[in-house]
Amino acid sequence: MGIITDNLDLWSSTLLGTLVLFVAGGLLALVLGTMVGAMRVSPIPVARAVGTFYVNTIRNTPLTLVFFAFAFALPPLLGLRLTGDVSLTLAICALGIYTATYVAETIRSGINTVPVGQAEAARALGLTFGQVMTLVVLPQAFRSVIPPMMSVFIALLKNTTVAAGFSVVNLGSVRSYLSERGENQFIAIVWVMVVFVALVLLLSWAQRALENRWKVAR
Amino acid sequence: MQRSEPVTDTSNFSARRGEPLVVVDHVEKHYGQFHALKDVSLSVDRGEVVVVIGPSGSGKSTLCRTINRLETFTSGSIRIDGEELPKEGKALAALRADVGMVFQSFNLFAHLSVLDNVTLGPIKVKRQSKADAERAARVLLERVGVAQQAEKLPGQLSGGQQQRVAIARALAMNPKVMLFDEPTSALDPEMINEVLDVMVGLAQDGMTMIVVTHEMGFARKAADRVVFMADGQVVEEAVPEQFFTAPTSARAKDFLSKLITH
Repeated sequence: MGIITDNLDLWSSTLLGTLVLFVAGGLLALVLGTMVGAMRVSPIPVARAVGTFYVNTIRNTPLTLVFFAFAFALPPLLGLRLTGDVSLTLAICALGIYTATYVAETIRSGINTVPVGQAEAARALGLTFGQVMTLVVLPQAFRSVIPPMMSVFIALLKNTTVAAGFSVVNLGSVRSYLSERGENQFIAIVWVMVVFVALVLLLSWAQRALENRWKVAR
Repeated sequence: MQRSEPVTDTSNFSARRGEPLVVVDHVEKHYGQFHALKDVSLSVDRGEVVVVIGPSGSGKSTLCRTINRLETFTSGSIRIDGEELPKEGKALAALRADVGMVFQSFNLFAHLSVLDNVTLGPIKVKRQSKADAERAARVLLERVGVAQQAEKLPGQLSGGQQQRVAIARALAMNPKVMLFDEPTSALDPEMINEVLDVMVGLAQDGMTMIVVTHEMGFARKAADRVVFMADGQVVEEAVPEQFFTAPTSARAKDFLSKLITH
């Protein structure tokens, strides 16, 4: 336990870094992904085309490459100086924009589980496309994709460690810092693993809670 | 069924009875190679109850769905209260708000309570306050006999109750005309009457109705006119008594003879 108690400052700052990347990147992915998922079923051809292009390009790109683009290619273009906050923001954008493609596809599969009659009834009431989606279709689509959606977020949680390679402090950085302080690297990695397993168990628990809460819907 | 007051005192119906409200003019529809509607023309007056009958695949449901553009059509025109049906967007949504629709499979919003199903349209489309919409919704639910179920989810109701909620949901928009697309076809026999009773009540209150159905009893009791469709065409139109006792077309005679043998 000494590796934890002797380095509490390091563990708390890296855990905080991971949580910030996860929560901010997750929110961005959820909002953007929901919009893109809705675009892909919209009646407007341009919206469908943009949505499809976005998913097919970003989802097909390795995450590290997306990070390279945000960390190294973008700052000179925008004239950004790479301070800690800027790096963190760029990392959040990279994670959010990458994960949004998976969220979009998950949402789209959820939309396909909602009977077409639900949207027809909503349209027949005079609701606009946006209202049909936000009031009737998406709430039901979310309920039906909680398990795969949670897998997307579990993957996001683990992907946050990629940011460690781009000087954004998180649990993925723990090993190298501890190594500098002379700790055993193997034990350090085992403890990082334990923390991740615990975090993912928390997410699984949240998934079960959501499923139980919404299971009466249909 | 117990009679009650008309839905609201600002109802669209009752006034100006007898003018054409829904005019379907030479409408053609193709699904790929399949010619679903062939030169269909139909005029429905304000306050009139028109029952559309015919064999499966005759295009009657398609016609019903075309009237509020849940189905597009190839050519021809459809006017509701003098206004051409817009192709899409906000104008179409606004027009749909005036056309109530009841589906064979009820299509109640599965994630919303019965009360929220009925108030969604008034609140989001007509911008009514939540309190006003809920007050009106409870009156409507009372009228169709499901007031006790207001807080339940649709899945917890019987089919007949769900369909009556669906009627209340459509009525809450205070529509000019109500379309019924085989409203009792998915129901157990003992639940059919509870839905038909509500529909007969509406007809007696002067609601303009276009009803696609296989319920000949309802056609006889409540219809002002029967429209018989076959193979995508309107084959015959007549008042119910005349249609059921003395159909003129061979197609209608054949259809009716098959009904009676069972």
